Amino acid sequence: MSTLNSNIPAGELTNKWTKYKSSVPLVNPANKRNLEVIVVGSGLAGASAAATLAEMGYKVKCFCFQDSPRRAHSIAAQGGINAAKNYQNDGDSTYRLFYDTIKGGDYRAREANVHRLAEVSSNIIDQCVAQGVPLAREYGGLLDNRSFGGTQVQRTFYAAGQTGQQLLLGAYSALERQVGMGKVEMFTRHEMLEVVKVDGKARGIIARNLITGELERHFGHAVVLATGGYGNVFYLSTNAMGSNVTAAWKANKQGAFFANPCYTQIHPTCIPVSGDHQSKLTLMSESLRNDGRIWVPKKKDDNRRAVDIPEEERDYYLERRYPAFGNLVPRDVASRAAKERCDAGYGVGASKKAVYLDFTFNTERYGKIEANKNNIQNPDHATIMRLGKEVVKEKYGNLFDMYKQITGEDPYETPMRIYPAVHYTMGGLWVDYNLMTTVPGLYCLGEANFSDHGANRLGASALMQGLADGYFVLPYTIGDYLSKELATKALPLDHPAFVEAENKVKETLDTLINVKGTKSVDYFHKKLGLIMWDNCGMARNEAGLKASIAAIQQLKKDFWSDVLVPGTTDELNTELEKALRVADFIELGELMCIDALNRNESCGGHFREEYQTEEGEALRDDEKYAYVAAWENKGDGEFTLHKEELKFENIKIAQRSYK
Amino acid sequence: MSSLSKAFSSSIGKKVIMGITGLFLISFLLVHCFLNAFVFFNDNGLMFNIGAHFMATNWFIRAMEFVLMGGLLLHIVQGARLTFQNNAARPVKYAVANGQANSKWYSRSMGLLGTLLLIFLIVHLGNFWVVSRFTGIPTHDANGHEDLYAVMKKTFENVWLVALYALSMISLGYHLLHGFSSAFQTMGWNHKKYTPLIKCIGLWFSILIPLLFAIMPIAMYFNCIK
Amino acid sequence: MSTGNMNLTLKIWRQKNTKSKGELVDYKVANISPDMSFLEMFDVLNEQLITKGDQPIVFDHDCREGICGMCSMFINGRPHGPKNGITTCQLHMRSFKDGDTITVEPWRAQAFPVIKDLTVDRSAFDRVISAGGFISVNTGNAQDANNLPIPKANADAAFEAAACIGCGACVATCKNASAMLFVSAKVSQLALLPQGQPERYKRVQNMVAQMDAEGFGNCTNTGACEAECPKGISLENIARMNRDYLSAKFVSQEEA
Repeated sequence: MSTLNSNIPAGELTNKWTKYKSSVPLVNPANKRNLEVIVVGSGLAGASAAATLAEMGYKVKCFCFQDSPRRAHSIAAQGGINAAKNYQNDGDSTYRLFYDTIKGGDYRAREANVHRLAEVSSNIIDQCVAQGVPLAREYGGLLDNRSFGGTQVQRTFYAAGQTGQQLLLGAYSALERQVGMGKVEMFTRHEMLEVVKVDGKARGIIARNLITGELERHFGHAVVLATGGYGNVFYLSTNAMGSNVTAAWKANKQGAFFANPCYTQIHPTCIPVSGDHQSKLTLMSESLRNDGRIWVPKKKDDNRRAVDIPEEERDYYLERRYPAFGNLVPRDVASRAAKERCDAGYGVGASKKAVYLDFTFNTERYGKIEANKNNIQNPDHATIMRLGKEVVKEKYGNLFDMYKQITGEDPYETPMRIYPAVHYTMGGLWVDYNLMTTVPGLYCLGEANFSDHGANRLGASALMQGLADGYFVLPYTIGDYLSKELATKALPLDHPAFVEAENKVKETLDTLINVKGTKSVDYFHKKLGLIMWDNCGMARNEAGLKASIAAIQQLKKDFWSDVLVPGTTDELNTELEKALRVADFIELGELMCIDALNRNESCGGHFREEYQTEEGEALRDDEKYAYVAAWENKGDGEFTLHKEELKFENIKIAQRSYK
Repeated sequence: MSSLSKAFSSSIGKKVIMGITGLFLISFLLVHCFLNAFVFFNDNGLMFNIGAHFMATNWFIRAMEFVLMGGLLLHIVQGARLTFQNNAARPVKYAVANGQANSKWYSRSMGLLGTLLLIFLIVHLGNFWVVSRFTGIPTHDANGHEDLYAVMKKTFENVWLVALYALSMISLGYHLLHGFSSAFQTMGWNHKKYTPLIKCIGLWFSILIPLLFAIMPIAMYFNCIK
Repeated sequence: MSTGNMNLTLKIWRQKNTKSKGELVDYKVANISPDMSFLEMFDVLNEQLITKGDQPIVFDHDCREGICGMCSMFINGRPHGPKNGITTCQLHMRSFKDGDTITVEPWRAQAFPVIKDLTVDRSAFDRVISAGGFISVNTGNAQDANNLPIPKANADAAFEAAACIGCGACVATCKNASAMLFVSAKVSQLALLPQGQPERYKRVQNMVAQMDAEGFGNCTNTGACEAECPKGISLENIARMNRDYLSAKFVSQEEA
């Protein structure tokens, strides 16, 4: 076990980034033209980084597995993006955003990184608006804000329920502009399958052309991974079907440590599973919790329809347990509370794995306000509800329609059924202050790294981090490394390192095709997902984790001896793509359990049943676990733990309370 | 290629040509229909022949006749080109296509409707235009004007021609029903306040003008007009 | 709850690669639940095919919640199937009846060549965007976001145009395989915002030129695109683009 150097600049927290920016070595324009950077992933972090690096003059190659960079899963983020603009004059500041993020992350994030994030948050909004991103506005023509879980100010900028889409399309247009100018070479339908290293430094990648199956060698003076999170290790999650850990996992095998893999965010408001056929889960925006009240029946196994259960027989358990924040507690708290009720037998719906999200109360409240506005004297209940429904429709119409489309139930008439689902992974490749992994020249941005959200991410912070990393952090910090690489010539593609890496990939592909077993890839993926959800999901315990490590090891053996991948390696073969991803998920799953087992405390998205207060709240152990667990992959399922101690010099570490 | 010719050869430019010529032809229809409606005076075609005489002798109208022919040709040629190009933009067709679920049949059938109208036009020009311009109108009316009305009466004694004229006016109606408002959309003349009005005018224009045209041969055939 | 009682006949386009000739192939699926999504029904079929040793059907899909724009099936003659305002991944089997025969084809257009089975190449859209679908502002060039107030009506209209997910349903359904709705949505979004003004006329010329070069057909205003667009992008955008294009070509003195 060793300690890690996070390369945090010295000095006052509030000055670190400013000072760093003015002292980081620069690369002159003539030299930038000769430096090549590979960016893998084209979501918020990848697209913004690729575009910005190209604008600065670097030669950029950008890769994505989808048919267009515009389809990266950042596009699905609904709610919004935080920024410490204080446009609402409600006392927001860089420090408050920093503080909320550290506290929301249950004191498991690095102070310097989070403060930098809060500092650049304002620039992101400026940049996006300048690009033509149509963020929501008020009648005066100025930007609108809303509030989100875990905060007491209105700092969330949004574009209806499509904030991620609009921000991504902004970054995508910046990227396509550079593509049009010939400064970025875009490789769509390509998947990175190996990091190529020379003398310990990242020097390129092996990518598979998904249409032809051809393996391609690409050189870069630096390689940037912006490949998103690994929530699909659970099979069912709100991630896109193609979201995967493969790029990060290959990097891990090449020496980039994987940090805090067990920190998983389970989002409280998702549409429940409807059957075995389920392929993915759909999130209902967290903003719904602003106006919906969450409840279950007070009686166990109550099979009455929601509307038939009288008010006094309903348990508004979040309001009961957390009077100060009520339905707006952070995601981890809300999710666990829902699981607790369902496990105790109070769940609703056919599966009993759901709770109600009820808009009746606020529909009525809005209706009364509207009646008042319209001077309707003594309105009857039907009128009030009709008026209220119009307000609710205006605010959440698209979400209600989506719910109805999926479940066949009308949420205007009956409460929504919701249940937590895997949504975001706080863990990821360990990076230092420069966003560089433990492999020199290999960088990691966005959800794929571990850096800013600690053990739990606050709503509307993922978009902020992805764009901060891509637009405003990496383009500066990468200069620190590239300024020392001016003399490095582009590697010839027949360099032994490329040949060796490609052969390794080829071998894996051939092995998978030649297993010719009896079970489809999905069969194994579903099995893995079940193990992970049951034992490494919302609640974990020692026995369960140990059992699941053994089960995953067995699953790995079964996979490599019994998987059935039809077709060949030299064609568009979606089953082969899935098989490669699932193979990596299986290995990652084991590491997640190892990490969860190592962390004998409860914090944020990691809840160990052994470590809770008498009231069932998470119990941290700051004495022993105020560190980042970074795992080195020794091969064959062996991992070595490295620690980065977290020092809180600017925030008083405290028990998180939302009561 | 110069900037302007490039503009006209672009997809939008080609459509603009269709739109402008279409609107021009619509204006011609209005004039044509107005003058032909003189037959309804029931004066054995005297008023009608005065109108026809004016049209045949006024230098401006004669000049415009060339513009009209040019516009018509352009509309036809460009329409045919667009239809072929659009066809080529989907070389492999769908096995199942459910167009009626999302659009009106006549808006998808402008090429077909246009072809029907072209056939009609050839017949129509042969019936009247060739006679009045080239072969000559054989008789004169009481005012001493060439009796185009008599040619009309004679022509519409043939029941097949009457049927062809009436049916072609149905084609014209549907062609206009799409073409009228479509021309405005193509020119970008779209406005929250005025577009509904344009659509309304387009609808009535597409019904009334072809209806009036269709009534003439039918009424003559049944001797309702004398 | 996991299995239902719907039995269906599927006629699905199979094509090995761009060059080969494809054909519709009949498949049967049984015990389909009305709660399944259309793509989950395809998952069931593919699982059947794989375990039988056959090649699964390749189709594009990713987010499965109607926003990434990747899924693209032409179902019974309509893009994204029989319902309006949704993508294929949001279509559920309760929209069909037991015993139905469903024909599934790829998007068909000269500009969208089939790659395999139901997967087509829509990179033409990316090239249209890279020809001008952006505002030229480098990172770090921006002023404070609230320095330019934008009338809410304009901001809302820009947002509605920006809702386009680039799925290509407009091209797929247009009898002319025209991309006018897609292109005009981006042109409109940026033309409605003050930030988009400096490049307004250059942008529309470049994007239309690229659109034409890609081999899309010409718009004949049938309105099918608007009716089938899962995001309800309006035909007004096409009128706006036409207007801007004509201004750019015949009024503006700037060459693209």
